[in-house]
Amino acid sequence: MTAVSAPAGVARVPSPLALAWRRYRKSRLGVVGGWMLLILYLVTLFSPFLAPYSVTTQHEAFSYQAPQAVHMVHKGKLSRPFVYGVKQGRDPVTFARTNVIDRENPVYISLFVRGEPYRMLGIPATVHLFGVPEGQFFFPLGTDLLGRDLLSRMLVGGQVSLTVGVLGVVISFGIGIVMGGLSGYYGGRTDDIIQRVVEVLLSFPRLPILLAISVLVPARWPSTWVYAGIVAVLAMIGWASVARVVRGQVLAARQLEYVAAAQALGVRDLRVILRHVIPNLSSFLIVSATLALPGYIIGESTLSFLGVGIKEPMTSWGLLLKEANNFETLAGRPWLLAPGLLIFLSVLAFNFFGDALRDAADTQSR
Amino acid sequence: MLTYTLRRLLGMIPTILIISVVCFAVIKLQPGNFTDQYLEDPRFTRATADAIRRQLGLDQPAAVQYLRWLWGVVSRFDFGYSFFQNRPVTSVIGELLGWTVLISGLTLLVSWLVAVPLGIYTAFNRNGLGAQIANFFGYIGLAVPDFLASLLLVAFVLSLGGTNVGGILSSKYIDAPWSWPKVLDLLNHLWIPVIAIGLEGVAGLMRQMRASMLDVLTQDYVRTAKAKGLTQQKVIWRHAVRNAINPMISLAGLSLPALISGTIVASIVLNLPTIGPMLYTSLLNKDQYMALTLLMMSAVLLLLGNLLSDLLLAWSDPRVRYS
Repeated sequence: MTAVSAPAGVARVPSPLALAWRRYRKSRLGVVGGWMLLILYLVTLFSPFLAPYSVTTQHEAFSYQAPQAVHMVHKGKLSRPFVYGVKQGRDPVTFARTNVIDRENPVYISLFVRGEPYRMLGIPATVHLFGVPEGQFFFPLGTDLLGRDLLSRMLVGGQVSLTVGVLGVVISFGIGIVMGGLSGYYGGRTDDIIQRVVEVLLSFPRLPILLAISVLVPARWPSTWVYAGIVAVLAMIGWASVARVVRGQVLAARQLEYVAAAQALGVRDLRVILRHVIPNLSSFLIVSATLALPGYIIGESTLSFLGVGIKEPMTSWGLLLKEANNFETLAGRPWLLAPGLLIFLSVLAFNFFGDALRDAADTQSR
Repeated sequence: MLTYTLRRLLGMIPTILIISVVCFAVIKLQPGNFTDQYLEDPRFTRATADAIRRQLGLDQPAAVQYLRWLWGVVSRFDFGYSFFQNRPVTSVIGELLGWTVLISGLTLLVSWLVAVPLGIYTAFNRNGLGAQIANFFGYIGLAVPDFLASLLLVAFVLSLGGTNVGGILSSKYIDAPWSWPKVLDLLNHLWIPVIAIGLEGVAGLMRQMRASMLDVLTQDYVRTAKAKGLTQQKVIWRHAVRNAINPMISLAGLSLPALISGTIVASIVLNLPTIGPMLYTSLLNKDQYMALTLLMMSAVLLLLGNLLSDLLLAWSDPRVRYS
């Protein structure tokens, strides 16, 4: 097909997609949300490189080490960024082990340091973005009970927290589209059965049924299986509402001429649904998938927080927050709350982005 | 209306039966049963564990256990026995019901009182500074899950040197008779769960109210009302808000199941004596009748909430007819 050039004097009509893009760009929060998401996912992708330590390395001497501040001035002189090292000491009264900040010896932070080996995207490597000389330690956000670096665990934990949502949404929308499509397209007996199932699934408040099903994931499973199990649990509950909406849309789309035309041409039913009916709903589906994602992120983090979600040695933001769940920690070790910031930011970003997408896809109210 | 309600209630029965079968199946899918924990205890012999299992009826096939439970419920309102609590399920729930209703009722009330006016305000002053701030807080409210909000509030109170966190009363008031200081102490404890649980609801409701307000404001009858010279007050309250509130009223019914499910996480974090954590512990301990009853309760509340929402909508909006 050759492109037809627009006749001179007639302004080119932008495509609907270009118009939508233009509307999206107008939403300041939406653009901010988009950038936040891009950064969050890039950071997660490169997290083993960005993290100073491995997720499981236990620094026994540094149990509940507080975050170490980065300084630039040592004894009145400006220098490159450094942290003060930590010396082991004993409390003179209680003899409890305490970590004393050693103000004499600055430990300089350098970039691209060799450290613990890791695999990123399948490539083995040992270089970390930043670090301190061997024998010294630097925990930017402190450590947990076992002396594991919190920043590293947060960064790598994103691999679970940020992918559970996407996988869960993809699977539940996949099931929901097919089920809702079949239900709306065929009607009759198929419709009755599917709608009954949907009705039962929708008759549960989300959290109780999520809890009930996720305790079925055996604790003995390796953590990757548990991860898959949690995704499956979230998707299993999530598809019902998608199916219900898709059914309604398909019922309406079935009346349209081009669907009748496709049927008249003898196109197979599933193909009619997937190629002719669903694309018509694509913008609606993309928007609702984006807006559904935060629910999955919060769902996973809630389950992990309650101890029925992701299991060690994998980690996720909810699981990290579980360690903050006692009043002693909240009073004395508030840095363990830091993973909450990432949950907050990612849900916020998805909501910004999703709202902007919805407004961009909405051609009626302008 | 009565016949409509009755028909809907009767129509619920098969759904409830299916749900109870599904719930019981899900609970039973967990491998093992309640008495397994005794096998790891050296003080129990296998014979003792078996005897307890027989006593609790756990040696019967699952179908028999379910039917017995169902018969108990139907014939004498007996929801079974909580193995973990060593008491009938109904007495455990009855004990916690008061606090649960108080906490979630208060939370619902507060979040509606805050969210609806805010929604109206932000719809009218869409580009004002106040509305922008309110919108931003709305986004924040949606992005902080309730367990995180609870943790942050507790950390905040503790860092200020406060001690009124966790539980619902200070220890000295627990068995004391009701008095003003005790009520104040209760309120001093309650504000944390109310904010933690209500945050998300406020944000969501505010957005709903704003959206429905904005819908109404572009309608012809609002323009007509303005054109015939009604005061601004009258246009807002009699014409705009009166119609915009209808979808909100139907939402009120839908918040009924939050009575149980809304408090689960916050109550676990804050040690509150509500039904929510009971569901969690009963699931983990394979306390099957307790878990089954609580799951059923939350499902039934949701179904009743749907019905209530339809009834409320029909009551508030004369255009809606029963069908």
